[in-house]
Amino acid sequence: MKLKTQLFGHNYEFKNICEVMAKANEEKSGDKLAGIAAASAEERVAAKVVLSNITMNEIRNTPAVPYEEDSVTRIIQDDINETIFSEFKNMTVAEFREWLLDEHTTGDMIKRASKGLTSECVAAVCKLMSNLDLVYGASKIRVTAHCNTTIGLPGTFSSRLQPNHTTDDPKGIMASLMEGFSLGCGDAVLGLNPVDDTVESVARLLKMFDEFVNKWEIPTQYSVLAHVTTQTEAVARFNAPMSLMFQSIAGSQKGNEAFGLTPEMLTEGEDMLLHRGTGTGPNVMYFETGQGSELSSEAHNGWDQVTMEARCYGFGRHYHPFIVNTVVGFIGPEYLYDSKQVTRAGLEDHFMGKLSGIPMGCDACYTNHMKADQNDIENLATLLVAAGCNYVMGVPQGDDCMLMYQCTGYHEAQSLRETFGLRPTAEFDAWMEKMGFSENGHLTDLAGDASVFLKK
Amino acid sequence: MIDQNELKAIIEQVLGEMNVNASAAQTSAPASVQSVSAAQTTVDPGMIPDVTQIDLHTQYLVKNPVDKVGYQELKNHSPARLGIGKAGPRYLTLPMLEFRAAHSAAQDAVFSPVDHDFINQMNLFSVQTKCADKDTYLTRPDLGRQLSDEGVAAVREKCKKNPTVQLYVSDGLSSAAVKANVADVMPAIIQGLQSFGIEVGTPFFVEYGRVGVMDQITELTGATVTCVLIGERPGLITANSMSAYITYKGTVGMPESRRTVVSNIHDAGTPPVEAGAHIAEIIKKMLDAKASGTDLKL
Repeated sequence: MKLKTQLFGHNYEFKNICEVMAKANEEKSGDKLAGIAAASAEERVAAKVVLSNITMNEIRNTPAVPYEEDSVTRIIQDDINETIFSEFKNMTVAEFREWLLDEHTTGDMIKRASKGLTSECVAAVCKLMSNLDLVYGASKIRVTAHCNTTIGLPGTFSSRLQPNHTTDDPKGIMASLMEGFSLGCGDAVLGLNPVDDTVESVARLLKMFDEFVNKWEIPTQYSVLAHVTTQTEAVARFNAPMSLMFQSIAGSQKGNEAFGLTPEMLTEGEDMLLHRGTGTGPNVMYFETGQGSELSSEAHNGWDQVTMEARCYGFGRHYHPFIVNTVVGFIGPEYLYDSKQVTRAGLEDHFMGKLSGIPMGCDACYTNHMKADQNDIENLATLLVAAGCNYVMGVPQGDDCMLMYQCTGYHEAQSLRETFGLRPTAEFDAWMEKMGFSENGHLTDLAGDASVFLKK
Repeated sequence: MIDQNELKAIIEQVLGEMNVNASAAQTSAPASVQSVSAAQTTVDPGMIPDVTQIDLHTQYLVKNPVDKVGYQELKNHSPARLGIGKAGPRYLTLPMLEFRAAHSAAQDAVFSPVDHDFINQMNLFSVQTKCADKDTYLTRPDLGRQLSDEGVAAVREKCKKNPTVQLYVSDGLSSAAVKANVADVMPAIIQGLQSFGIEVGTPFFVEYGRVGVMDQITELTGATVTCVLIGERPGLITANSMSAYITYKGTVGMPESRRTVVSNIHDAGTPPVEAGAHIAEIIKKMLDAKASGTDLKL
């Protein structure tokens, strides 16, 4: 394995794959904070040159955390289809990039390749992709999943309805979700981040969602985003209705421990929903991720945030999720400094998720201590739709009053659909027409009038 | 597109809500807003009304709703930007401008330096962390948890040694929160502590401070209890929110769970004077129980 090169006659030598992978990343404040970023623009390119010559086999043999020490590594490595891996293992990262982008390489061929790729392989090729490479490459790959409805089909674009409230006030939540549905949000999931994450409260909110969705015959899924053990208990003790089980996941065992999470909890959660959930399945899990979470819990083992993020997808796919989204600008400027870094990270995460074979969405967002604004997030959402993203978030006018950040609003999903000629999931599209909220894929005058739901 | 009549209707609504707010503002609005309201008691016909004065709870822009009264009642239960109508699939112009205004206040609160004249007026001397500027502060939390060498020297030289309570102020993520609350909350804490007979050390100001720097300050001053008043990361509802973090015998590197937090201090949350009295009571309990954070049952 060659770890040195020259650029403009200057020597650049790297100690190992870990250093190459970190320094080949586009600039991120999180990699700088970790002290592993390239020291100059030239060194960054030198690392990319070196990385382009490394083989997929060499990358696979250098997991970010050793197999013996880390449950995430074990799941990623053990899930690999060795026959498929052997077809790609002698390719360099450069050759694999060109194979992905080749006209003759179809989405189905890439999805097959996914079964033979470890997360480090997925991250490696991402580091050699430009932003448009990431858009074009991801647009080839359509990953669908089914719970009550099918998400990710060509021609569709979905959204999560996120009716968060500062005190979980049921009336306030209801006011918000009614407006969201009336604007065509919520075909991916109706999902609330609870303030009160006690089992009783979570069960109560789930019952409220179940009643509303049934009363209005809305073809979708719902979830209350508490810890997986809280949700499992809500089903076990209170018979809480639930179509999707949520959990935040990280790319290392230590990172998951910071979330109070073990792989067994996810296995138990999935099993419980397959036997007691209200959804048809087979996909009943919902995961959220985001670059930087491993560094923030000192669980990155000296590796960069792109690689650690890819490992979230390699871990998550083990549980056959219905939806997965990166929460790309939530963590703050220590990890993603400005809109340029958030845009890059959003495109990287979406591409890496799809290349891992999971149905990928994105919470395109920012906090108020970042150099980003609503225009930047609208730009990113537009790029993501071009890349074939399954869904984005919807909150009232993009302002989440409970999580105190901004993301895409209730109005964005439909604006993007109409701009790109897309529809919500087929079942939800028909429901919107039945309710009078849309006609031939366009909103009607009635759309946005939440008080329609007060009629009966 | 907005035609002339719609525009007129919007302006009338804004004016209507302005009038409602102008009277309410006398009791609840922050000082900076009050002065604006006062200046507008005689409506200047040449002045476009202040879009940031519109009450989002009562604003309802949906055209011909099926059940206006019913939804208005429901919407009153949420601080979210609801009932905002649409222009095609996009936003109406007024809510778009309201949102941009709220975000501008949040950005200015984060990225503007604290007004040093105000710090002087509060009789606080000023020290800095190892962050040289705002950019470093935002990207290097580790440096924001350590005082500069000059800062260490100043604290050593100017602060009373081994006080029962060391109180100080920091900008954190909102310089606007410092200006909006400190003049009320700090005297209220000091007064409260004095009424309990608890001695307070020499207060000062830390620029570019993260919460964790309080542990270094505890070690430098030898304080039993340390309390920092620090600007919170602004949301769009308010950019003025402040928190107090309080520790009993803090040490550098101690677990975060040993900090007691009083958050959401601003005019529309816990008003600063009330918060000050509350913080003084917590400190009293902390001294009695000799514990803070999750070790202290309040």
